Amino acid sequence: MISKRLLLGDEAIALGAVHAGISGVYAYPGTPSTEITEFIQAHAPEVRSRWCTNEKAAMEAALGMSYAGKRAIVCMKHVGMNVAADAFVNSGITGVNGGLVVLAADDPSMHSSQNEQDSRFYGKFAMIPILEPSSQQEAYDMMPYAFSLSEELKLPVLMRVVTRLAHSRAGVEVTTPLPQNALNPDNERTHWVLLPGNARRQYASLVAKQPQLQLSAEHSPYNRQHSTEGAKLGVVACGIAYNYVMENEPTKRGISVLKVSQYPLPEQAIKALAAECDALLVAEDGQPMAEEQIKAMLGADYAVKGRLTGDLPRMGELTPDNVGAALGVEQTQNFTAAENVVPRPPALCQGCGHRDVYDALNKVAAEYADARIFGDIGCYTLGALPPFRAIDSCVDMGASITMAKGAADAGVHPAIAVIGDSTFTHSGMTGLLDAINDKSNITVIISDNLTTAMTGGQDSAGTNKFEAICQGLGVEPEHLHVVVPLPKNMEEITRIIREEIEYNGVSVIIPRRECIQTLNRKLRQKRAQK
Amino acid sequence: MKKDIILAGVGGQGILTIATIIGDAAAAAGVNLKQAEVHGMSQRGGDVQSNLRLSNDVIYSDLIKQGSADMIISMEPMEALRYLPYLNDEGVVVTSSNVFKNIPNYPDGQALMGELEALSRVSMLPIEDLAKQNSMPKSANVVLLGMAAKYIEILSPEQLRESIKRVFASKGESVVEMNCQAFDLGLNSVK
Repeated sequence: MISKRLLLGDEAIALGAVHAGISGVYAYPGTPSTEITEFIQAHAPEVRSRWCTNEKAAMEAALGMSYAGKRAIVCMKHVGMNVAADAFVNSGITGVNGGLVVLAADDPSMHSSQNEQDSRFYGKFAMIPILEPSSQQEAYDMMPYAFSLSEELKLPVLMRVVTRLAHSRAGVEVTTPLPQNALNPDNERTHWVLLPGNARRQYASLVAKQPQLQLSAEHSPYNRQHSTEGAKLGVVACGIAYNYVMENEPTKRGISVLKVSQYPLPEQAIKALAAECDALLVAEDGQPMAEEQIKAMLGADYAVKGRLTGDLPRMGELTPDNVGAALGVEQTQNFTAAENVVPRPPALCQGCGHRDVYDALNKVAAEYADARIFGDIGCYTLGALPPFRAIDSCVDMGASITMAKGAADAGVHPAIAVIGDSTFTHSGMTGLLDAINDKSNITVIISDNLTTAMTGGQDSAGTNKFEAICQGLGVEPEHLHVVVPLPKNMEEITRIIREEIEYNGVSVIIPRRECIQTLNRKLRQKRAQK
Repeated sequence: MKKDIILAGVGGQGILTIATIIGDAAAAAGVNLKQAEVHGMSQRGGDVQSNLRLSNDVIYSDLIKQGSADMIISMEPMEALRYLPYLNDEGVVVTSSNVFKNIPNYPDGQALMGELEALSRVSMLPIEDLAKQNSMPKSANVVLLGMAAKYIEILSPEQLRESIKRVFASKGESVVEMNCQAFDLGLNSVK
């Protein structure tokens, strides 16, 4: 039975995974991957889908489900791959039992991210197959294919998408769902106990599988060539770049195209294209991974163009315009940019508790010439922008506490960390334990809005547990405070911050008030029910 | 036939709802669609846009090329101007004239309106004021869709109205009724 549905790329992935018979999705929210898990939570009650505390925990749990013989998917944004990397790379060594797909959603142009790292490097690093769909339909179709490939090769499969696919909607034809796998744990301990002796054997087996991976990519239904008779230029179009190439009508322009959506790169097909043409253009969203490899493949004398040669921009996402320019398509512009337009950056919502936290912090920090405030990842990163201009750093999940600690160790005082509730349970707790054991002179603000707000209000793993967690880690009860961030409490909040800055050791202050967005949503739902 | 539309506004103004309605109508009519949205950080009161592409043929790119959009539909006048380089030479701008000032350096209102009015094909109304006057403040976005409806062509106003009924059905009859009224208000305000 085939029916057509209008789906976001993320939703197509989710439905594809459900229809491929997954028993679990494991994920931590992160733009642009969040909607995958949300869709499964909303539409597939038979699939285990609760949010995980971080990507490493998610990756390991999914590996455990695969060990038990069932199919699982792990979803994260690109920087989440850094958090999951230990488990991810070693899952290539153990191999899998039930099919395991790791979904990384990259964010070229950094729409909602602190870098534009390309997850395909991780797939190559772990020596596993990589799939990169070019459309929502392909994202859906590839899911059962990916799980079969994973079970056939006994390896995890990485699927890499970018923001423009994840967050774009299109019609998708959906087919009949597959049943879930039965429970069937792997009894071969030597696969899973990575003592050096076993690990060497497993690694040798991974190396030995590489020709099979190569063959699979050469014959992949998702890698295909559109030849144009007498073409001078050939384009290797990876993933979504294929769309931008096709938008510019390559056939009309006498250009041949090789679409690549499965890696390792299909070397034979690329060499065949190169032999037909005088030069190749490599169009890939993200970093020039394929371009570097193709250069090496074809030798120094063959002209390979792309991001490294400046034919495409070195940074930022591809567009139909910059790909068109690289193909020699003339740009049309009927209107020049308007004069009366200024940037409109995002800001903390009116009524948001983080605003009161920064008001209080700015008041107290102004009393100290050397105060430094180390920020973290979440809505409250917007405290860096006017009118607050409150934070001095924001690097990665959890870095507020540990950077404040290091700075305090070096002599910075006051060293203040600002971290959200969900980020704290993701990666803040271990750093706090270090600070406590070292009796570091830091003041930690856990700005608790009872949700993972930046990504749209998902459940936060530590809700109602923060005082217990902090005390359990060793924060002294007299230096652990909970306040309500409201203007009327400003005097109390600033007094507590001052006192705790003066305390030589670890203090934790938890300003707690529900996110204004989730609160309003709940009120709307209540009204609708009446 | 194809229609490339840029939907623009400020986070929270409801442009994704407009996109949902058009998308639903396209799906029902068997018209191909691609619609790139902005999620995440940009939604916190920042500028928000969606590239909406409708065609009877295959659509490849999720993004619209510069100089090729048939329409800009905007909930806010400065946001309409932001995407001018994407408009084709016969392109139409349908926008609210109600400004949304949440930044200290918002441009001078007269200069802004002057630049919009200088365009040859522009349709502009204070839709938020209109929606408030007609006791439907939350449906300003649907008033705007009504204003844009006759330019969308690849989908008829009737098809869009049917889609409004489906999209709001889960919110109850009164919400459906209000949004249909909002749509007609916009539709009838354009000659």
